[in-house]
Amino acid sequence: MRPAGAMTQVNPLRMEIQMTILKSALTGTFAAAALATAAAAQDCPVKVGVLHSLSGTMAISETTLKDTMLMLIDQQNAAGGVLGCELEAVVVDPASDWPLFAEKARELLTVHEVDVIFGNWTSVSRKSVLPVIEELNGLLFYPVQYEGEESSRNVFYTGAAPNQQAIPATDYFLDELGVEKFALLGTDYVYPRTTNNILESYLKSKGIAEEDIFINYTPFGHSDWSKIVADVVALAADGKKVGVISTINGDANIGFYKELAAAGISADDIPVVAFSVGEEELSGLDTSNLVGHLAAWNYFMSADTPENATFIEQWHGYIGDDKRVTNDPMEAHYIGFNMWVNAVEAAGTTDVEAVREKMWGQEFPNLTGGTAVMGVNHHLSKPVLIGEIQADGQFDITSQTEEVPGDAWTDYLPESAVLISDWKDLGCGMYNTETKSCVQIKSNY
Amino acid sequence: MLKNLQIILATLIALSLSARAQEAGAPLGPMQVVLQAQAELIVKSSRKTIGPVIDAVSASGLAEAQGVLEAWQAKEIWQRKDDGLFFRGEEVASKTYRLIDFDSGEAVGEYASSDLKQIKPNSGIRALLGTALVTFQLNDPDRAKRADALLSLERDSNADLLTPLRAAIDPEEDPELKARKQRLERLLTISYDPASEARIAAIEEMSGDLGLDVRGALNPLTATTLKVFEGEPPEDVNLARRLQPGSEDLPREMAYEMLSDAELAPPRVSVDAVRAALMENIADGSVGGVPVADLSDPEKRVTAYNTLAGEGLVPPYLDDDAVTDALAVHSFAEVYAEPDPGVTEAAERALTRISTKVGMNQMVDLGLDALSLASIYFLAAIGLAITFGVMGVINMAHGEFIMMGAYTGYVVQQYIPNHTASIAVAIPLAFAVTFAAGVAMERLVIRWLYNRPLETLLATFGISIALQQLAKNIFGTQARPLTAPAWLDGAWVVSDVIAISYIRIAIFVLALIFLGVFLYIMKRTRLGLETRAVTQNRKMAAAMGINPERVNMLTFGLGSGIAGIAGVAIGLYAKVTSELGADYIVQSFMTVVVGGVGNIWGTLLGAGMIGFLQKGIEWFNPSNTLAAQTYMIVFIIIFIQFRPRGIIALKGRAAGD
Amino acid sequence: MPNSFITRNPSTLVFLAVLALFTIAITVMSEGFGLGLVSTSFVKTLGKTLTLALVAIAMDLVWGYAGILSLGHFAFFGLGGYMIGMWLMYERTRLIVESSLASAPLPPTDAETVSAIGNQIFGVVGSSEFPVIWAFSHSLTLQLILVVAVPGLLALVFGWLAFRSRVTGVYLSILTQAMTLALALYLFQNDSGLRGNNGLSGLQNLPGLDDVSQDYVSMWFFWASALALALGYLFAAWVVSGKFGSVLRGIRDNEARVRFLGYSVEGYKLFIFTVTAMIAGIAGALYYPQAGIINPAEIAPVASIYLAVWVAIGGRGRLYGAVVGAVFVSLVSTWFTGGQAPGLNLGFYTVQWVDWWTILLGLSFVAVTLFAPRGIGSLFDLLTARRGPERHGADLGPDAGSLREKEASE
Repeated sequence: MRPAGAMTQVNPLRMEIQMTILKSALTGTFAAAALATAAAAQDCPVKVGVLHSLSGTMAISETTLKDTMLMLIDQQNAAGGVLGCELEAVVVDPASDWPLFAEKARELLTVHEVDVIFGNWTSVSRKSVLPVIEELNGLLFYPVQYEGEESSRNVFYTGAAPNQQAIPATDYFLDELGVEKFALLGTDYVYPRTTNNILESYLKSKGIAEEDIFINYTPFGHSDWSKIVADVVALAADGKKVGVISTINGDANIGFYKELAAAGISADDIPVVAFSVGEEELSGLDTSNLVGHLAAWNYFMSADTPENATFIEQWHGYIGDDKRVTNDPMEAHYIGFNMWVNAVEAAGTTDVEAVREKMWGQEFPNLTGGTAVMGVNHHLSKPVLIGEIQADGQFDITSQTEEVPGDAWTDYLPESAVLISDWKDLGCGMYNTETKSCVQIKSNY
Repeated sequence: MLKNLQIILATLIALSLSARAQEAGAPLGPMQVVLQAQAELIVKSSRKTIGPVIDAVSASGLAEAQGVLEAWQAKEIWQRKDDGLFFRGEEVASKTYRLIDFDSGEAVGEYASSDLKQIKPNSGIRALLGTALVTFQLNDPDRAKRADALLSLERDSNADLLTPLRAAIDPEEDPELKARKQRLERLLTISYDPASEARIAAIEEMSGDLGLDVRGALNPLTATTLKVFEGEPPEDVNLARRLQPGSEDLPREMAYEMLSDAELAPPRVSVDAVRAALMENIADGSVGGVPVADLSDPEKRVTAYNTLAGEGLVPPYLDDDAVTDALAVHSFAEVYAEPDPGVTEAAERALTRISTKVGMNQMVDLGLDALSLASIYFLAAIGLAITFGVMGVINMAHGEFIMMGAYTGYVVQQYIPNHTASIAVAIPLAFAVTFAAGVAMERLVIRWLYNRPLETLLATFGISIALQQLAKNIFGTQARPLTAPAWLDGAWVVSDVIAISYIRIAIFVLALIFLGVFLYIMKRTRLGLETRAVTQNRKMAAAMGINPERVNMLTFGLGSGIAGIAGVAIGLYAKVTSELGADYIVQSFMTVVVGGVGNIWGTLLGAGMIGFLQKGIEWFNPSNTLAAQTYMIVFIIIFIQFRPRGIIALKGRAAGD
Repeated sequence: MPNSFITRNPSTLVFLAVLALFTIAITVMSEGFGLGLVSTSFVKTLGKTLTLALVAIAMDLVWGYAGILSLGHFAFFGLGGYMIGMWLMYERTRLIVESSLASAPLPPTDAETVSAIGNQIFGVVGSSEFPVIWAFSHSLTLQLILVVAVPGLLALVFGWLAFRSRVTGVYLSILTQAMTLALALYLFQNDSGLRGNNGLSGLQNLPGLDDVSQDYVSMWFFWASALALALGYLFAAWVVSGKFGSVLRGIRDNEARVRFLGYSVEGYKLFIFTVTAMIAGIAGALYYPQAGIINPAEIAPVASIYLAVWVAIGGRGRLYGAVVGAVFVSLVSTWFTGGQAPGLNLGFYTVQWVDWWTILLGLSFVAVTLFAPRGIGSLFDLLTARRGPERHGADLGPDAGSLREKEASE
């Protein structure tokens, strides 16, 4: 069973390590003295808030991320902590309840006085937390792919923006699969809506006619897919190759893929690329009928690099189960956490302003090869991977791009194309390049 | 000619490139040379650049070409990292591959996968490879390969393949493949035959056919583009129709935009452009004589802009008259891409005939979908028809019994891997489990509350949330797989328009069986008689020697048990999660209430009405399924206002209150 | 009249005194105005709990007194929240947009301002047009009227249709639940114009008061909630104390008999249904600015059932019972699901309350229904020794011929 919610995890080793630091400082080398100064300037321990739902509908996805964070913090402590301080995880449970996210974030920042928060999954929860984080000047690392159109001064987005997932996947459809007609199927909420808006306008800019783009929204957990699948099949009637871009969320995918398989549609006839289906989701499915369908992410467990092999091994060791999969948001936390640690070390303090400045341009190796760089718009540059589903529930990576810098404001919607985010020089997350003014310092929620 | 030259050139390059490999040992075989010449592109593996490589291999004239293409398509080509040579790889053990030379067909050794790089063509490239293989495979002795070739042709064809396909029809012995070949030949004729008469003949011949492939061949012929002409359109274009600017299909703005895009007229100055131009030209707090502070008025902005235009600083602002004049001297028309009017005309005729047929078929398909949805609702509600409809017990945990049935199916599949056997075990087991749960609930909770229906609602709701959370604690919140046996995979395909998956048919059949079982139990068995007696008058029934406690217990157990079986069926078609039941509970109650409490036929009608209604609304508004559900519930609420007792209302004393 | 009202309802006075003491105590201990013993986030929790108590009173009126088990009152609560949320969002965004546009070289046209505001609010959900339902969002007064008007109107229309066709008992419950589901599904759609699944957020920031710390804002809302609860309680106590209340209880106990006596049962029911919907709307309008975000998940049918659960656990048919139930269950829920509760070690298995709390709640609810239909409120009876005649007992025979069992319910 899962560990409980808001326990402040106290490590008996902490005292011991502080003692060691004290001793080494006394022995009087310069380096040790410097370390001691840093430690003195810093309130030990450094507290890391983990704001992931441990109960409710999002628990299945978010519990994994909480465990990832605890693993990363353990590892960092074993490597000597940060600024000579032990890291302490403060885990709270917002229970998949959006207003509760705001309440728990306030609690983390004011009661527990954490130095940084890693957490959230879904845009609603982030929008719920944003006002609190901005009001109290906290620091949040958000690890999940999202619809963009946002850049908060207090949030670092380590998941993919649309141009790091949706646009390259669409390019892949256009160039590599020769798709000429698109069905954009999504669950009715903000991520699919915005992504589909962006894609629609992108596809039109690529010369796809409006009548060749079919858009449909279904409720969460939708299960009756027969009509929609039939509609998609019927799209092929004008002799063009049809492709499905799916932003269908969670459980609804199961019914959708089952219906696709029942209709005998193979990936060679109508390929489906999904943005919300990863290793974790596939473990709930019989994938033998889905072989060849695609997903686009910044990370796949099947990535063949030494860093990834180590990460998977550590994860299996930590969680004590060799069958557990790794996924994209886990890598995002891995990169985000390590960047934060490096930024804190570089700043010599956990003060939010100082850490933010050191975060810009911060680099860290990806698990899929290459280097992730944190931009001044608080988005990462990461490579985009496209994988084909295999019978064992893993992905066969068929395409990997160079690192793509995350774009906070999409270039493909007229209202957003004029906006940029630059916290370093412009000090603004929503800067209108046309009127040359900052639209707002706080973000949209 | 050109291709041969290319190959010779490629060979030369390859020879020089692979000098190192040659030094190491034997000279390269001819196929290896061809591959080495394109090594970079093969490794890069992008559909956009792979075309010449595939052409080079298939045009090499080498006997191995087919083998190479097939291996490539099957992701079996590996590149040896140390010398860059390509081989076919066979897995001999985990992460170890035996490499086989293409030219000699002999094994060259076994290698660890870390020394090799797999060439992974994406599905776009695999399709190109399939098309390239068509000429090799059309007459292949292996039936499966011939079928592959036809599949590739159906997906992607070109004019070059028409002749080989025609040649391959007569030698074909397999009747099924022969029919497919003939059909394909007709379709390719429509698309590629140089002679118009042949094409028109083929179009006429296929014009009664519903197939997607036929429409796929005909529609491109009738594809049009909207074009603008100075003056009248020329004679030599194949006009589909003329369009007047300002009509519904061509609004004036759009028409003028076409003109300016084609650079036949100056572009209209947009509101944004006006603003940008004004901003550019601010001087001393005013623009074009208008003070900046006044420029929040759109009309003043235009005035200021016109002043600027008068000074020649910005392009002139076009008024409506200028637009009208420009539109008057141009004409707009939709033009066929296909130059031959005879062909387009035949194609339009054929398509009209097909589309009426397709429309009717779509209605039938929609009807099937609705029937299927109705049977799912019926299945979910039938247990409720017993506990609520007959006994009058509000059981909010009914959905959770459905969920328990589905999870029972999941657990059984963990122990019995054979799907057919596991479902055969799961159905009675699900009945047993939920029957027991139902009896326990009736004994422990419900029997104390028979006179307090509202409290039954709340108490069973308490049980419902407890059971849901319990399922989450045991199975987690993630959906669990419940896989149907292989013989339920796939769909019953009547035509390319009408198809319904076997699993839905199975659910429909199951719903019918349950209807029969229900009727049999209620009308023909002692339990049914006793149940009806107890529901109508408990005291009187007790006086007749019926034990009402026992009857209530068994009836409630029966209703719950049926819910369990429904759970297995619903899990098979959708998903197994802890919220599975909650998704159906309100709809199930609606079904029973709309149909009329206490009458199974009413429940059937209710399910039918809700199913057809929902599909009907979806049909009107295909892009938003959520709206369909909302409107359906609103409709039901209104419906109940007018028929509060449901479609089939009980009459007389049995109606009670 | 006030004298006799108070003397007939001594519990009202006690309740108001306790509420006043509680409010003063929290104010003294708050971060904004006092010693800082109670964190701002907890003040928000308490403020929200008070509004939940208010909607529980509304539920008690409609269910405990009038016998209509409405599973839709949380929908009215949510609608109230949406109405105030629209003004909060519009006004805050307008201020941001206007200050941003003011720095542009050209003064904006009205159309530009409106479209910029629309883009700010709806850009998140991929749209920029203002839906019709936002027509009044620029005016606080109008939206405040809508806070009571929209839930009231919906309740009036729905209630009129339902009561007119004599839909009663469980049928009415199921119908109200369907209404709630339809409303939630409707709001889940992006096309509803209320930002779909995302809902309205950032509601805790009052327009124009960016510089005021939430430490103070939270207290203002806390006081407002306490005041609303006090007024709501007084109103409810007044409604149920007079002849009107007697008729309501009569309808609960035997609708047909009241009808035969010549009362317009439908009128009474419709009035109480509508008025309580309005109270629920006011409670919602106070709740969501404290929660910070409202979205359709808040309106899901299960929330309304929970409302009934609170009232049942607290004790139906007595106003303080509803308050006690709502406060007790929601605070205990917060405590258990917040993870503060220590795990219960059974040796072979440790019960983590985050996972098991819902099960405990569900089962305790069954237990209350079965064994203590009067809920926690009945504990006060022990205190005041105000016991009803002992008429709640076992069945006499196979059929409950008397009204006994019914007394506790309908």
